[in-house]
Amino acid sequence: MRAMVYRGPYRIRVEEKDIPPIEHPNDAIVRVSLAAICGSDLHLYHGMMPDTRVGMTFGHEFIGVVHEVGPSVQSLRVGDRVMVPFNVYCGSCFFCARGLYSNCHNVNPNATAVGGIYGYSHTCGGYDGGQSEYVRVPFADVGPSVIPDWLEDEDAVLCTDALATGYFGAQLGDIAEGDVVVVFGAGPVGLFAAKSAWLMGAGRVIVIDHLQYRLDKAQSFAHAETYNFTEYADIVVEMKKATDHLGADVVIDAVGAEADGNFLQHVTSAKFKLQGGSPVALNWAIDSVRKGGTVSVMGAYGPLFSAVKFGDAMNKGLTLRMNQCPVKRQWPRLFSHIRNGYLKPSDIVTHRIPLEHIAEGYHIFSAKLDNCIKPLIVPNAA
Amino acid sequence: MAYTPDKPALPVPIEELRARIPGWGADLDPKDRPAVPRERFDPGASGAHWDFPDRQPEKWPRERSIEHAFLPPVFGTSCPPKGLSGAIRKVAYRRYSEGRAAHWLLLIAADRVNVVEANLASMVSLRPDNPITETGILSEFSHHGLSSRLGKKRTDVKHLWLDPIIVGGPWVVRGLLGYHLIRVVRRRGRPRGVPTG
Repeated sequence: MRAMVYRGPYRIRVEEKDIPPIEHPNDAIVRVSLAAICGSDLHLYHGMMPDTRVGMTFGHEFIGVVHEVGPSVQSLRVGDRVMVPFNVYCGSCFFCARGLYSNCHNVNPNATAVGGIYGYSHTCGGYDGGQSEYVRVPFADVGPSVIPDWLEDEDAVLCTDALATGYFGAQLGDIAEGDVVVVFGAGPVGLFAAKSAWLMGAGRVIVIDHLQYRLDKAQSFAHAETYNFTEYADIVVEMKKATDHLGADVVIDAVGAEADGNFLQHVTSAKFKLQGGSPVALNWAIDSVRKGGTVSVMGAYGPLFSAVKFGDAMNKGLTLRMNQCPVKRQWPRLFSHIRNGYLKPSDIVTHRIPLEHIAEGYHIFSAKLDNCIKPLIVPNAA
Repeated sequence: MAYTPDKPALPVPIEELRARIPGWGADLDPKDRPAVPRERFDPGASGAHWDFPDRQPEKWPRERSIEHAFLPPVFGTSCPPKGLSGAIRKVAYRRYSEGRAAHWLLLIAADRVNVVEANLASMVSLRPDNPITETGILSEFSHHGLSSRLGKKRTDVKHLWLDPIIVGGPWVVRGLLGYHLIRVVRRRGRPRGVPTG
């Protein structure tokens, strides 16, 4: 089969690999019909995530068709069209039993601090991902779901992470009616978080980024007020002014490890890997939220330390909420919102790239060329 | 205002938001939010039909965090550790918990060694690494590299100059090392001059 393969920071290529075998009785092998590149894949691509090995296939957003099932699989059959949450999880450990699917303890030998994620380094379990023609899906009776007939492929693939994560991020904000919600980052997760904030009754949604084309999308797609932080001397002061010097009730960090806007923070983390992630957006979030407010962190950070302004968070009495999204918990409600026409995930898709050209796809997404917001990957076998 | 008790008025009244934004307030009641409460004990909800999963065969000694009591039953098998990078990774896992910076710094070091190993191996393979195609850099020409940046006030343009150094620098260093190595080998292989006359 053909698969994307990591060759080192900023370098990937497509190689021939063996179709993955069944390794556990509850495994399924899925023939990938559509995948996506996630903003967090760029952290791997840039060499920021420890234990990212040459030869690994990335990709934690994918859908496909069941190609083979292990002997204990009961809920899927060969030929089923399935969507697969980015979490690998057992469904039965202490954490899964409480719905914390993203914190599963039975699927990641390499770390206890994070569960299993497809194609996301050995720190997240060492599973090859879905930017390939076939992928191994452990716990087929737990993770994947048959895609409802009415759900289109491009909408389904965005439910496997970006939409679910944005929606989850808004929920972690504990938004109450009339709350002012600020979202840092107008990438896919930020756009979905902004859109979801309205579902939860926000009174005002403000999106901040430095890429004007993404802010334009935030206005049209998510009905948000927008601020381009490059146009202001200090975006925190601007947020105070915009909120009558109170600060926002809820701030969502939808940027994560490669946040820009402070040369030193960005370069020491994203370029020289001396921090687990650049905390620029997180620090802005801490400073922009009102005292007693809530910061929801959806941006992904590496396991190393980061220079976070924890003192301000403590002194302001903030509630900091965060987690990798337990994707499948979100699906029933998201399906309802999509069917009702409240959400149309595929509206943010800008590029559809054949697997053979995935190196260009990563560069376009990473360098933000061509007004790229969300690139999808189409495997040859699709 | 922050200095008085009342919350500032919204620029757009709630009723107008409800009319204008599709689905506004559909999840206003926290009971309708699937992530609330955060923890819900319901072992039957996941579809798992086991208390503890069957164990996946361990085909090689699988590295694991020392914070785990034992090897978890299911794990990825993407890239078994090998070579010098594999040895460094094994030390990182065997000696240091996730709470120690040494654990992560060793893993990052191993990643860099792994890249050099793979790069050297590719040079003696039928498919050597190609930094042009593997970086996708040609998309700069086909996907508006210049116009995507010029006049756009993008903050990342300020450190764009670092990228060629970070991406190309290791290749230059490897090239210089290779050149130096070849010179040393050639010098040693040359017969020593015999004094005449």
